[in-house]
Amino acid sequence: MIVAVELGLIYAIMALGVYLTFRILNFPDLTVDGSFTTGAAVASIMIINGAPPVLSTVAAFGAGLVAGWITGILHTKGKINGLLAGILTMIALYSINLRIMGKANLPLLREDTLITPLRDAGLLGTVGALIVFGLLALAVKFIIDWFLHTDLGLAMQATGDNEEMIRSFGVSTDRMKILGLALSNGLVALCGALIAQYQGFADIGMGIGLILAGLASVIIGQAIFGSRVIVVATLAVVLGSVLYRVVIQLALQAGLNPNDMKLISAVLVVIALVLPQWKVFRRIGGLSNMKKALSGTGARG
Amino acid sequence: MLEITNVHKTFFAGTVNERAALQDINLSLAAGEFVTVIGSNGAGKSTILNITSGKLRPDTGTVTIDGTDVTRLADYSRARFIGRVFQDPMAGTSPDMTIEQNLAIAYERGKNRGLRPGVTRKKREFFQEELKSLELGLENRLKAKVGLLSGGQRQALSLLMATFSGPKILLLDEHTAALDPQRAELVSRLTAEVVERHGLTTLMVTHNMEQALRLGTRLIMMHEGRIILDLDQRQKEKTTVPDLLHEFEKIKGAALDDRTMLQ
Repeated sequence: MIVAVELGLIYAIMALGVYLTFRILNFPDLTVDGSFTTGAAVASIMIINGAPPVLSTVAAFGAGLVAGWITGILHTKGKINGLLAGILTMIALYSINLRIMGKANLPLLREDTLITPLRDAGLLGTVGALIVFGLLALAVKFIIDWFLHTDLGLAMQATGDNEEMIRSFGVSTDRMKILGLALSNGLVALCGALIAQYQGFADIGMGIGLILAGLASVIIGQAIFGSRVIVVATLAVVLGSVLYRVVIQLALQAGLNPNDMKLISAVLVVIALVLPQWKVFRRIGGLSNMKKALSGTGARG
Repeated sequence: MLEITNVHKTFFAGTVNERAALQDINLSLAAGEFVTVIGSNGAGKSTILNITSGKLRPDTGTVTIDGTDVTRLADYSRARFIGRVFQDPMAGTSPDMTIEQNLAIAYERGKNRGLRPGVTRKKREFFQEELKSLELGLENRLKAKVGLLSGGQRQALSLLMATFSGPKILLLDEHTAALDPQRAELVSRLTAEVVERHGLTTLMVTHNMEQALRLGTRLIMMHEGRIILDLDQRQKEKTTVPDLLHEFEKIKGAALDDRTMLQ
């Protein structure tokens, strides 16, 4: 179970990236499936070729920035529908990721990675690792909180809330969307790099369906823990990510087939999206948060 | 301050729906001039505002603000010169953000937005002072989400946001039309005060003839994309609503829109 929480805390970085696009920019970005693997691929191939793990992980973040930037350019300058722009980048990245990796699976087993010190100290699977990964997730959370309250961050929030208004105050909404998408995918790729080092390999298929995990974390987290203000909303995303991994872990322990996990994830998200629309559930006070978190017009925070 | 020169704008050119929204418009506003614009539906009132704000580009002609040709500038690029209040009270503010965050966004109009905190203690004090001028008690609700405010409160806040960073031009697009009479009266009064206080060069579109006569220093009437009447302050003071209605009647076949008739 500790492993599930560990994973949840690492994946929280991805979920926070998804939060930036899905909630702040109001833009469901599917680039995530590709950019996650891109991050893993870039970090892994660099580590295998002898680059320091920190540099490799930073480079993965950079590669994610570029991936998000491309989706942003396609959407704003190419006037391509947002969903389609994300899908196009995601599909293109599949080939690019294969090029980066050279083959479909890159093992990191005998390499020094960011996780090696933890493993050597025997911390993995203990409270020690939880503290390390927890601090990492919180650090990313606090950076996002801070950023969203700067002049630039406020402009980004307003871009997702009321485009005409923020344009009338001299902000290029195109630029904000591109920046937000780049940052979001940078975080997703960073997460991919960490996951590859954590599990000891990068795989061409590791990002498939990841957007669902991200959305599930955001939606479930905010439904349960609230989203009235940004500092709460981002914490809810982190907790949502942990909860999601724990639920998956429980499902596996209950004897469900790992191959069915994508189906189960999809069903989870559908349930979380549909349930609050039913009157029976709306009347239950505790679920009012969920309704808000799920309706696009509700408190986005 | 604002020069609109030889501007033409045609919508749906080359189709059966082709409509000349503006035909050879020449309009010049001196600094501090407050022009109210009235006219029938489709007269081109909103088009003039949209051409000025950059939401629309003219087919021909130029728009110059304080000596700068802005004809080719995107709306957000020329926003540093222009404050706007929209007809829809929901349009001018960001509902999911707090009052102070909305003000902070407006405060940075046209500046380079960086990584400094959007709301600081110093700015907050300034916002409180400015909000007091609205006399709506909003200065005590800085952390309330704007979506919780009434239409009138939001419109008053929009007006403050559009004006307090000192734009060169203020554009008001029927900004009291969607409010109940009491709120409309409040926002009208605030408009007069704020324009007076900052000496703003203002272009205000309205359906309300009484308001058009009461506010401002000059009145223009539009019809089918042309300016058909231009009254300076002296003439405007002598004009009454029946006079304006009479002017409208002179236009053969002009369809007055229902809202105008009802007033």
